[in-house]
Amino acid sequence: MKSLSLRNNLVGYTFISPFVIGFLIFTLIPAAASLYFSFTDYDLLSAPSWIGLENYTSMFTSDDRYMQSLKVTMLYVFLGVPLRLIFALFVAMILNTTSKAVGLYRTVYYLPSIIGGSVAVSIMWRNLFGDQGVINVMLNAIGIDSVRWFGDPNAALFMLVTLSVWQFGSSMLIFLAGLKNIPTELYEASGVDGAGFFTKFFRITLPMLTPIILFNLIMQLISAFMTFVPAYIISKGEGGPLDGTLLYSLYLFRQAFVFFDMGYASAMAWVMLIIVGVLTAAVFATSKLWVHYETEGGR
Amino acid sequence: MLLKKFKWPIYHIFVGLLAIVMVYPVIWLLMSSFKPSNVIFTTSSSLIPDPWIWTNYVTGWIGSSGQSFMSFITNSLEIVILSTIGAVLSSAFIAFGFARLQFRGRAIWFGIMMVTLMLPHDVVLVPQYIMFSKLGWIGTISPIVVPQYFGVPFFIFLMVQFIRTIPREMDEAATIDGVGKFGLFLRIILPLIIPALATASIFSFYWRWEDLMGPLLYLNKPSAYTVSLGLKMFLDSESVSNWGAMFAMSIVSLIPVLGVFFLFQRYIVEGISTSGLK
Repeated sequence: MKSLSLRNNLVGYTFISPFVIGFLIFTLIPAAASLYFSFTDYDLLSAPSWIGLENYTSMFTSDDRYMQSLKVTMLYVFLGVPLRLIFALFVAMILNTTSKAVGLYRTVYYLPSIIGGSVAVSIMWRNLFGDQGVINVMLNAIGIDSVRWFGDPNAALFMLVTLSVWQFGSSMLIFLAGLKNIPTELYEASGVDGAGFFTKFFRITLPMLTPIILFNLIMQLISAFMTFVPAYIISKGEGGPLDGTLLYSLYLFRQAFVFFDMGYASAMAWVMLIIVGVLTAAVFATSKLWVHYETEGGR
Repeated sequence: MLLKKFKWPIYHIFVGLLAIVMVYPVIWLLMSSFKPSNVIFTTSSSLIPDPWIWTNYVTGWIGSSGQSFMSFITNSLEIVILSTIGAVLSSAFIAFGFARLQFRGRAIWFGIMMVTLMLPHDVVLVPQYIMFSKLGWIGTISPIVVPQYFGVPFFIFLMVQFIRTIPREMDEAATIDGVGKFGLFLRIILPLIIPALATASIFSFYWRWEDLMGPLLYLNKPSAYTVSLGLKMFLDSESVSNWGAMFAMSIVSLIPVLGVFFLFQRYIVEGISTSGLK
């Protein structure tokens, strides 16, 4: 019996060994190294020198650009993620029908998300918002003055947020799957009771979707925090204007690979990890209050 | 249910109009790529190019500083194909272990895998860069490709979920016939999880094709640049004279992505609605 379980262990670990080895080499050891670097001054050329908490304290006390990148990222996340989810839910609801054209609509609505991560789309977005770009032409057509998207930090951030909302497709598909799982009898029964659209939405649709909202929220939160490509391309790697698009990942990248301050970048990465961890934990903790599972007693 | 409020024609007009708004930027990019560079912005509100020209595609393809766009595409394809083979096969191998084998510590390792799924990559960015530079891998595609051969947590998770839907009686029948665990994986499970392998391959293709950070850090010679880096190079040298070429090559860079999308639409939509990442 004992030799059998030894054999089982051996076979099991053989199969998962690529993951175990990869995890040690590419995740655990680098993470430990990054934690160590975060307490050092390290420019790649000379050996890391221990400076204790200095990276962490200067981040919050003497680095205005760091605070700016934190502010911009928070704005980007707390504006972009809810807008994206609301829009995704809205579109999922209007596409939740049995019409034949719906397949085509779904394809079209999903298209931006498929190409969204590419450099081409960031370049396109940059040009749509140019001084003479389509967005300004349209604003002028309805009587609004041109906005200098690359001159005003808030306008530039708005540009990044709209790009993220435009790529709502994956959340939309998950919402769509969730909407299809809501039994139609629930709507029929409440229709007999005379419930209108809003009652049905707030009493049936929204509560039934809460597990899916939770899933989408967590996934989008994490990926929004790591957004890099659009900010890098739209600001040509600088994070401008006036650090208005200096997202956290972009500033971390600049600290590491433009200023070669590897210690500082590592400290930034750990603060990011803590922020993402705390936010995720907070969402999970509050989820008991608002996530409704079908089986009573929950899972 | 929202629909009952709409009449059908109104519904189609509304949803159709919104669809146009959604794809308008892409159509604008496509149409602009056929306009002469000097009028792209003076005529940015009208979609139809006048005159309609093809030369942007020629100048863009020839590229600048001796690098043709063809070399960017070849480089990208090399990375994408090598990465995808590694990511999909290793993930399937690992997923079989998690889904079908009993061993001590399985739950712990599965938990660790789920945590790495959510771990921000920034945390390992700097040490990985140092490690790869110590190995002398800077300037090669190894830092981008090799890690893929150790399994990708998202794909492992996807495949574990998929394997769990396959009845265990299949395993038992094969075991009675004297098939070992490795044969079970290769001959029974692998053919049955082809849809999951396809979904993972498509995602792997997208992620590697679009990747900017990896090439930005590790590929330092223009001859090794990928499509993403090639486009970025256009942007760096941006002047009135090459907007058209930049737009044209942006369209070229999207063709493989759109091609895969239209060919494998069903898999993609199913893959996303069951797993939920992009």
